Amino acid sequence: MTLADYRKRRGIESPAAEAHAGADAHAEKHPGPLEYVQIGAVLAVITGIEVAIYYIGISYTLLVVALLVFSAAKFTLVVMWFMHLKFDHPLFSTMFVMGFILALTIFAVALATVDGKLV
Amino acid sequence: MSHAPAATAHLETSTGLDNRKLLMWLFLGSECLFFGSLISAYLLYRDRSTTGPYPDDLFDIPFTSVSAFQLLMSSVTMVLALAAIQRGNVRGMQIWLLATAILGLLFVSGQAYEFTQFYHEGLTLETNLFGTTFFVLTGFHGAHVTIGVLILMSLFTVSLQGRIQQKHSLNIELAGLYWHFVDIVWIVIFTLVYLVQPGNN
Repeated sequence: MTLADYRKRRGIESPAAEAHAGADAHAEKHPGPLEYVQIGAVLAVITGIEVAIYYIGISYTLLVVALLVFSAAKFTLVVMWFMHLKFDHPLFSTMFVMGFILALTIFAVALATVDGKLV
Repeated sequence: MSHAPAATAHLETSTGLDNRKLLMWLFLGSECLFFGSLISAYLLYRDRSTTGPYPDDLFDIPFTSVSAFQLLMSSVTMVLALAAIQRGNVRGMQIWLLATAILGLLFVSGQAYEFTQFYHEGLTLETNLFGTTFFVLTGFHGAHVTIGVLILMSLFTVSLQGRIQQKHSLNIELAGLYWHFVDIVWIVIFTLVYLVQPGNN
């Protein structure tokens, strides 16, 4: 008796089938065109604000913090909605986040090693 | 609002997920390391140049803002192409794919113009540390955008031959993942390289 036969006889779903069911459930929640356009409009507005505050005479520290926050917001919107990480299987997020965290680690190590200043 | 995506073939993989999509995410994760290293190098070395020109002398923020806006909007058209094919709208997908490729081409053209301007202002790969790290970082990003445009144009051509239908939506999704990644890298570059400058204010 194969493992597949055993699973069938016992009424146990295979990991693949479970993952497919999960993936379908995630995929069905994908946004529609209207939502994509709305998110695009938000991204455009944030970019406009970024450029505007660049020209406003605020302190350098405040400028850097504001720009980093806005940039992170844009990054998150694109990754979660346009790339569907919010809706897709968590394994995809794991793949990406691992790379992202490693990249941040490289940056931190480089900063500590080269004795440079960040901004 | 939500919609049901195209029916996808359920492959018997060990994870139950399509290996191509898994591989694409793994590739994008590795690309984070690649661009993370280049951005780190730029931030560490840009202020260590002993000779000019320096970033403050060259950057044209309004021009680069328009380029950033183009790339951002290309992400919207790309995801609309995916939404169209998932609903079986091949014509809609073709239109949005073409729009994405055109916006990508505009971005690359703008970058070529910017590089030319900087070159005339005296900045080359060998001029100083700023020039080296800037051209390597933005040049590699531009190369990624160019490859993305080629992928989009290939998909557009194939779709004109009737070889992309609703059941092939994963091909568009994979191209979209690559394209959106190129966009998020520019979101970071635009902020850290162009807007955040020590000499500002």
